[in-house]
Amino acid sequence: MSRRQPSPLLSVQPCRGLWDEKLCITVQKLPPGQEVTLHSLLHSEDGDFWEAFGHYVSDATGAVRVAEDASVGGSYTGVEPMGLLWGLSPAAGSRPGLRLRKKDVCSPSTIHISVYEGHVVQGFKERKALALVDAERWYLAPGVQRIEVNEHGITGTLFLPAGFGPFPAILDLWGGGGGLVEYRSALLAAHGYAALALQYLSQKEMPSVGNEYFEAAFTFLQNHPRVCGNKVALFGLSFGTSVSLGLAAYSTVIQPRCLVCVSGSHVQPVGGSLADIFIQFGKNAHKTRYDDQQRVIWRDLLLPIPTDPSQKVDVGRIRCPVLFIVGEDDQNWPASESAEDMERMMEEAGKSHLFTKLSYPGAGHLIEPPYGPHVRASNFITLGTKAMLLWGGQAQPHSHAQEDSWQKTLAFLERHLYGVGVTAGL
Amino acid sequence: MVPHFGEAKSHGGALLASPMLGTCACPLLEVRPSRGLVDEKFQIAVENLPPAHKVTLHSLHQSEDGDFWEAFGFYVSDADGRVTADRHESLGGTYEGVEPMGLLWSLRPVPGSRTGLRLRKKHVASPMVVCISMYEGHVSQRFGELVALACAVTERWYMGPGVRRVDVREGGVTGTLFLPQGPGPFAGVLDMWGGGGGLVEYRAALLASHGFVTMALEYLPADESRTADIEFGYFDPRCCVCISGSHVHPINKPILSVFEEIKENFQKTRFDENNYLIWRDVILPLPSEPSMKVDVGRIRCPLLVIVGQDDQNWATVESAEDMQKMMEEAGNSHLLTILSYPGAGHLIEPPYSPHIRASNFVLRGDKVIMLWGGQTKPHADAQEDSWKKILEFLQLHLYHSQDPAPLARL
Repeated sequence: MSRRQPSPLLSVQPCRGLWDEKLCITVQKLPPGQEVTLHSLLHSEDGDFWEAFGHYVSDATGAVRVAEDASVGGSYTGVEPMGLLWGLSPAAGSRPGLRLRKKDVCSPSTIHISVYEGHVVQGFKERKALALVDAERWYLAPGVQRIEVNEHGITGTLFLPAGFGPFPAILDLWGGGGGLVEYRSALLAAHGYAALALQYLSQKEMPSVGNEYFEAAFTFLQNHPRVCGNKVALFGLSFGTSVSLGLAAYSTVIQPRCLVCVSGSHVQPVGGSLADIFIQFGKNAHKTRYDDQQRVIWRDLLLPIPTDPSQKVDVGRIRCPVLFIVGEDDQNWPASESAEDMERMMEEAGKSHLFTKLSYPGAGHLIEPPYGPHVRASNFITLGTKAMLLWGGQAQPHSHAQEDSWQKTLAFLERHLYGVGVTAGL
Repeated sequence: MVPHFGEAKSHGGALLASPMLGTCACPLLEVRPSRGLVDEKFQIAVENLPPAHKVTLHSLHQSEDGDFWEAFGFYVSDADGRVTADRHESLGGTYEGVEPMGLLWSLRPVPGSRTGLRLRKKHVASPMVVCISMYEGHVSQRFGELVALACAVTERWYMGPGVRRVDVREGGVTGTLFLPQGPGPFAGVLDMWGGGGGLVEYRAALLASHGFVTMALEYLPADESRTADIEFGYFDPRCCVCISGSHVHPINKPILSVFEEIKENFQKTRFDENNYLIWRDVILPLPSEPSMKVDVGRIRCPLLVIVGQDDQNWATVESAEDMQKMMEEAGNSHLLTILSYPGAGHLIEPPYSPHIRASNFVLRGDKVIMLWGGQTKPHADAQEDSWKKILEFLQLHLYHSQDPAPLARL
């Protein structure tokens, strides 16, 4: 197309949205049957560039509608309305082992969405786009308050929805990576929950906290003036699942209203501490495998699932609904095997009505809120040691799993914490 | 722990707290998108109410000047306990009917506010923040004394992501330039406001968010102390959008002399029953002398003329008719499109802006309240429809016309 041709019209709506909201990307005023490339570019807080692209052909009206049209090549193929986000991957020449995780949830990420003439696969920087529009993606919704918590011995960040409430609450537990990860809690607050992201693991040392720490955090939430005391849930991923299951089964102090457990296992020494779980992993370190790129596979460290009851949480004791989410290609934890065993144990205990399993073929370990880029392997530091861990999953099925599981998680939380749709099943 | 709304005060004899809602299952209120451009629609959805339950949806905004503006609508939840503003009717309040944006365009100053207010954003790089709340029952006053059942906050932006704002102070020109993100080339729009003077940026910011390089031009300082003329010089617009204006002014005198004309015709100003100033007769009857009106027969570019039929400030409807006649006689009427809106007043602004029927105006140092006209609902419809058509018009003539004139490169 020459310079004198009309410029295509690129529209991205909403131009400012939450990370879990869908984007509607359309291009109009192209010549009909025109090959174009839609490209997304994000400059992360860490200074890396992430990009994705899809190859499209305009229809008879000269339009491309990403929500309806198939990408015929690029970072993703097929009809993928959100492919330009979840298909993001580090640009050529980037440092290896990157993972996209926003630390500052109060500021947005800016995604540059461009249209290029033809089906381009590289060198986007050197080309002139036909059109470009910026879209912002936020974790923090307007009106949500972010409060740093350093009291009663607990460290975390509390996110409160707008208004007086009282709100149901969620204790949000991330995994073995440690530190304080806020973005899921920020999103949960956008959906009407007081959410406490809790720091409980460091990257350098063995965990030193015990059950009392989590019970204190849960109680802090329960007693908060804007929280509905009898509507507090546990939400765990990976290690966070271990903590959640242990608390739900054995704590005499707290009673979670429901549990969301992602990519985890019930296998842990009963009555032991978090540190004991680490030690258990350590004892089985010889079961570590490596893929063809020398990336670390840890899924066998807890296998086979023990039959000895002292080596796994007696999930039959759990008295609240549990949503258990697993990726069938999880290379980090034996989540699928654990889920099967848990299902059996709950059936034997007459508690199957409480247990819902969501199992996703092609999904890996890091099942996060939707539309963030899928990462099959990344750098990981634990106990001061660096490794490149294989999380598993393939981009398309993993991203679909994130979208589907998040929708079902929100419906599950609404049902059990807000009482929405109580007559309908999940 | 007693839920807060269990302690809501009674009002008008009716207890506002419902025992059914006296548990912790509070209703869910969502506004999507939570951050939008001012001309984007939002969706307000409530769920988890009991069925057939009366609630009031309320919007509250504190302006940059510190005044509070509010709007509200009465709803009844459906059999599933939901209220969805784009499907359910408001049964009363500041707007009625199925009006998903009613909580914005029917905003008005809260009782007890200063008089003659107009809502206009000065700082366009920050959003307008609106708090949407839901109250028990059908309530029409004293919202500040009640505890809401639920609330959500939404941001309304004039500037899209990536739009840049540049102060222009050169070559004797004072203005603000807004640049869209992207490689260009872009078409440009020169944005000129009216007799109120000063530098008004929000429409230009919004146009840039739609892909136009737009300059908001200050040509009348707010205090009207400048008397210098505006040089037209070489001016060959690709197209022209004219809102609530007229072709009537002395063409051989400085354009600002129109204020002298108003002064001379002051006996034609009227006052309504509230003592608000009505200026529409000042240029009536429309002059027939050619020296008193722009010869629109000379115009060579497409012209979009937008008028409100209840404009009490300027005789824009009559002017539009006269322009049509002149252009028909000159043979260029194919360039003219008139959008004439019944019930709309003078201040036809970007969509969902609250309708202002009358507001304070400073006239040669004197404060008056000017009657702009319009009724809220038709005026809001006019703003929404005309903006859509303005964008289509600009897109068509600036980006997709067959005329081979080159576009500017930044």
